[in-house]
Amino acid sequence: MLRDQLAPFTPNREWTRNLVLRPELGSLVAAALLFIFFSIASSGAMFEIPTIARILDTAWPYGIIAVAVGLLMISGEFDLSAGVMVGTAGALLGVMATEWGMNLWLALVLSLGICLALGLWNGVLVVWTGLPSFVITLGTFFGLRGANVALSKYFTGDALIENIDEASGYDALHAIVATVFGTAPSDFRVSLLWWGGFIVIATWILWRTKIGNWIFATGGDREAARAVGVPVNGTKIGLFMLTAGAAWFVGVSNAVRYTSVQAGQGVGAEFFYIIAAVVGGCRMAGGYGSAVGPAIGALIWGIAFIGIPQAGWNSDWRWAFLGVLLLVATLINHIVGERVRVQRSS
Amino acid sequence: MSTMEVSDDTQQPDTQQPDTEPPVIETRGLGRRFGPVVALQDVDVQLHAGEVNCVVGDNGAGKSVFIKMLCGMLGASSGDVLLDGAPIAFTSPRQARSFGIVAVYQDLAIVPLMSLWRNFFMGAEPVRGWGIFQRFDVPYAKQTMKAELDKLGVDLGDPDRAAYTMSGGERQALAIARALYYGARVLILDEPTSALGVRQSGAVLRLIRRVAQRGTCVILVTPKPQHAFWVGDRFLVFKRGRLQEDLRSEDLTLESLSYLMAGGGEVDELQSVITESVTG
Ligand SMILES: Nc1ncnc2c1ncn2[C@@H]1O[C@H](COP(=O)(O)OP(=O)(O)OP(=O)(O)O)[C@@H](O)[C@H]1O
Ligand SMILES: [Mg+2]
Repeated sequence: MLRDQLAPFTPNREWTRNLVLRPELGSLVAAALLFIFFSIASSGAMFEIPTIARILDTAWPYGIIAVAVGLLMISGEFDLSAGVMVGTAGALLGVMATEWGMNLWLALVLSLGICLALGLWNGVLVVWTGLPSFVITLGTFFGLRGANVALSKYFTGDALIENIDEASGYDALHAIVATVFGTAPSDFRVSLLWWGGFIVIATWILWRTKIGNWIFATGGDREAARAVGVPVNGTKIGLFMLTAGAAWFVGVSNAVRYTSVQAGQGVGAEFFYIIAAVVGGCRMAGGYGSAVGPAIGALIWGIAFIGIPQAGWNSDWRWAFLGVLLLVATLINHIVGERVRVQRSS
Repeated sequence: MSTMEVSDDTQQPDTQQPDTEPPVIETRGLGRRFGPVVALQDVDVQLHAGEVNCVVGDNGAGKSVFIKMLCGMLGASSGDVLLDGAPIAFTSPRQARSFGIVAVYQDLAIVPLMSLWRNFFMGAEPVRGWGIFQRFDVPYAKQTMKAELDKLGVDLGDPDRAAYTMSGGERQALAIARALYYGARVLILDEPTSALGVRQSGAVLRLIRRVAQRGTCVILVTPKPQHAFWVGDRFLVFKRGRLQEDLRSEDLTLESLSYLMAGGGEVDELQSVITESVTG
């Protein structure tokens, strides 16, 4: 009826649509190609179980946080404090369990509370001031970077907190967050299951709940979303807290696994999460992306991290690889953005 | 040629008697000043369900201020807005929306990278299930959107496509259908055809007529006489912050409306002033 007059543009090219609906597609192809590439370069070593175990073990800590950072990015924000937050969570757990003799489970809950409060701080400050989250969370980053080490030294006399396994409740907690399947070097951590679960839940939230709709709407066009009643501020604050929670999980998992915590850890990792999210197809400007994409982005980092030395190259090439990866992914991001702009104005 | 194109959908002569039924929305002595600038004063008007009311006038006549006051974006300096005969006080578009007064603006509150159905239900997502199992009821959302669009005779095609793939006309259609679905009784449109070509303008105007026929009170701002004449039942001509003329379509021809909208009123006024001064 009105269709003839209303619709000059018919999406006749299916791939155009799929590109929009499947943001992580590019990263999936890239991961597969890289894996094949390094398999050839390393004469098949990539396909061995120990190598795969190492790739996954490298990827998961980045992967869990990258998923949260990806959702945050879809809502239009960044969190540069996610990396040091890992150190904060570990240090908190360590000080409480070793210096204060607290039960690990209690320390777990308290450290989660503090991390979530820090996420709340980030979110509320971003929403209230209207300043770029880049700046706000950079402030949090430096604050925590200093506090992590200074407070560890104050309470324990050292930036390295050890003997967490002597705290009560350790064995049960270890079973939950650090159990090993298989024997070294073909060992897989239970952390991978947590990672998988987190991806599934995040995907569910993003695509099948109203909160997911709010995340897309908030990042896609904040004013439009606000105009129709989407709780834009609440969505952002919630995602800052989710990111802090993901960092907490990784921090305490590592503390339990290694029984010790470097209070200065996590500095620099914040960029890995952002790169993983961008490589995974999340749009830097917000409004577009997936939860699987950032996880694949982290997996790509794992493949390169292990693959580069496997291929017999100097490990320092990892950084160069990361730079190229970011540039290519951003370029693709930009092209998608341009395409949208062109078609919008038509 | 353009008028041929848009007028193929028969424009029904008005059969109802709007003056006998109570107005949906009414203003009494409505005025607004910005410091010393009087943007609008003493506007008394009663608008009825099922009619398209065109707000026309010169630049700076107060059209935008008038509709912004109706939809809650601007507060009144004096006077009242009445809904179903009772004065209402609102301070935000969201409050006005809860009263059933919805303004569809040029940006239309559509998120380009989201699918059509996600946009349609943005901020009011239908859900199923309880607690943590509560989920966005996607099949229901898609069906409902299609049904709502069907009611208006609009077919937007694949509900899964991203909103940026829509034309300007389709965008208007989606925004209008959405406003009606959320219970708009008074629909305010500010220059909905300004960015559209002839064919799409025609389609949107027909959509507006259909919306009015379904019992909604439409308030439309448009600078184009042909568009206003084809779609309007009633014409509110603003001039320097006052409601200067309030005409019904029966009392007008396209020529006289064009004359009025092109500032013809000014010529008349000048003439009458001259005549007055001669006779007086
Ligand atoms: N926020 C404001 N502050 C000061 N003056 C304003 C403001 N908004 C409107 N005005 C004044 O009120 C008068 C009416 O403006 P309005 O925007 O309603 O005109 P309009 O009829 O919509 O004109 P146009 O056809 O150009 O859109 C103008 O003189 C304008 O300068
Ligand atoms: Mg105006």
